[in-house]
Amino acid sequence: MKTVTLTVKQAPELYLECENITPDTFAGKKADEIAQLPAYQGKEDTTLGEYFTIAGEAGATAAETQIILKGDCSKMKYIGIKMTAGEVIVNSSTDMYTGGWMKGGKLVVKGDVHSFCGLGMEGGEFIIEGNAGNYLGASYRGDWRGMQGGIIRVKGNVGSDICTFMNGGELIVEGNADVHIATHAEGGKIVIKGNVNRRVGGQMVKGEVIVFGKIGLMMPGYKYTKDVDLEVDGTKANFAEYVGDLGERHPKRKGEPVYGKIFLKK
Amino acid sequence: MPKVVTDVTCPFCGTLCDDLEVTVSDDNKKILSVRNACAIGSEKFNHTSLPGRVTRPRKRQPDGTFKEITYDEAIDWTANMLVKSKKTLMYGWASTSCQAMSVGHEIAEKVGGVVDNCATVCHGSSLIAIQDVGIPSCTLGEVKNRADRVIFWGCNPAHAHPRHMSRYSIFPRGFFTVKGHKGRKIYCVDCRHTDTARVADEFIQIQQGYDYELLDAFRTAARGEALPDTIGGVPKEKVYKIVEDLKAGRFGVIFFGMGLTHTLGRNHNIDEAISFTRDMNDFTKFSIIAMRGHWNVTGSGQVLSWQYGFPYAVDLSRRNKARYQTGETTSVDLLVRNEVEACFNIATDPGAHFPIDAVVSMSKKPTVTVDPHINMSTEISDIHIPVAMVGVETGGCAYRMDNVPIETRKVVDAPDGMLTDVELLTKINERVDQLMGAK
Repeated sequence: MKTVTLTVKQAPELYLECENITPDTFAGKKADEIAQLPAYQGKEDTTLGEYFTIAGEAGATAAETQIILKGDCSKMKYIGIKMTAGEVIVNSSTDMYTGGWMKGGKLVVKGDVHSFCGLGMEGGEFIIEGNAGNYLGASYRGDWRGMQGGIIRVKGNVGSDICTFMNGGELIVEGNADVHIATHAEGGKIVIKGNVNRRVGGQMVKGEVIVFGKIGLMMPGYKYTKDVDLEVDGTKANFAEYVGDLGERHPKRKGEPVYGKIFLKK
Repeated sequence: MPKVVTDVTCPFCGTLCDDLEVTVSDDNKKILSVRNACAIGSEKFNHTSLPGRVTRPRKRQPDGTFKEITYDEAIDWTANMLVKSKKTLMYGWASTSCQAMSVGHEIAEKVGGVVDNCATVCHGSSLIAIQDVGIPSCTLGEVKNRADRVIFWGCNPAHAHPRHMSRYSIFPRGFFTVKGHKGRKIYCVDCRHTDTARVADEFIQIQQGYDYELLDAFRTAARGEALPDTIGGVPKEKVYKIVEDLKAGRFGVIFFGMGLTHTLGRNHNIDEAISFTRDMNDFTKFSIIAMRGHWNVTGSGQVLSWQYGFPYAVDLSRRNKARYQTGETTSVDLLVRNEVEACFNIATDPGAHFPIDAVVSMSKKPTVTVDPHINMSTEISDIHIPVAMVGVETGGCAYRMDNVPIETRKVVDAPDGMLTDVELLTKINERVDQLMGAK
């Protein structure tokens, strides 16, 4: 695997749209070719070379390419968007859409990410060492396909509206979450090791939400069924199982309705 | 001799009453009286002849005062600002005609602006919900002629849309609603006992911020499932009873306002309300209508939608494509995050409606405000360009809250030499062309 290192030269005045910082675009390119790749600030067309010092070279394919970002990237959007393979490591916080529609590979952010990260993710591994904003792993506005595969792990807290319209994949949050978890979900699994404000699983059709801490208020459409023992992310514990959202439509399998499930640690 | 203009459309709120009678002086310069309008509507017409009206553009001086300049100077300054800025917020549009919006969007495409209307701090969350789950809706005429179950959820038309209740939703006698008020059952869901609650048959007092839970409870009850004892302060027995009442109706309608769109959950509240409406169609006919505020904010959504596919917060800065993301390209976020370099306000007053951080951010950027009145935005702008009042001094197309287009009318002449929105924007557009051609 070959490594390209991008060091921030100057912070953008507004925000920089960096959809070209992915192993897929970099693959097969040398440092000077990468410097010529377009970046955008408002209506101004610029290049990555204007904002980053670029060292090293990319591998022949995305899978053989590792990108390391140094310096403050908190005003950079779209890093690692639609990446299919390879590795991106960001040593600071990033702005919106980081890892959006990711299909494969590994993306590590060693700081916080803003909202709309991991939108519609299909595969790969996305690790956030700080906190995440709103709409993590959700769908794009108006789309019915949220996170569909892959894994997102957040070491800190997350905002609201996470995994709206989730269809698959797994999100693990080691901190707390705000309101609206897995709204409209039709699959997938969310693990929250801290507390959740409220509105967990509203309008959820299918899928699982596992909460280790407390839920501020259970949705009225959820019904307690039984206690179960589960092993979640390496921890064995006893959980209370709730099914719902009973106000929402539910498909049937072998004559029995399929519900969304919330597991609350006892 | 004074003359009476009939069937005038009122350019104040989203109800867009079209039965006003306005008496004007024989020289067509002064409004003498307004009939049929509500107090706010008549005031809007009377504003035209208020003393101290600004009739020429004003430019802020270094000492903070304003100095009168010519329209040509103001147009040149504005066009230069738009061409120079990397990203400009072009906000407002809700109190002007669809024709003016169309010209404005042409400018935005050229200069890479972000076009946003006041749905961004109003019913934008309703539009997000509509994108997520669709909307079973109808016109206000259908409500008048058919509805026998009317729910006002988080809205107060008694104050915000004063003639809504008498023209469409509570009192009028319609084709299938010959008993008028007596034939309808009115519900009001609110956290306060408003004046709308006073005319309702049933008032449901909800704890603030529990609308999503209560709507979910309504849906759960409609499917015959069990509920907890109370939901947001409302006992479950009341929820079951109301749901049965609604199912027994022939035609139900939900009107909702800021109490749903701007409390915790925002778009999710509307989403759940729309889903409840859809569920109720398994039992009877049910519709839902947003109580849109500004008289032509719906029109701005319509024009943006047919031109770019998105109803508000349309980012045209990458000129080959339109983008939209509430939370990113919405005005308040752009201002608070300092993601724009200049602001162009037209026909809406962000100074009065935006959070203070956003207003402070706007006041530090080059800002032009186009508005017939002096308002809080004009006072933080570098240039204030007054224009003729649309719907009073010039006509144009507008959309009512139920998405019905209604033509507004000109009833009096604007003060001599004043431009209309369309004329002003066309001139700015031409100047932008010249400046960009010269580059």
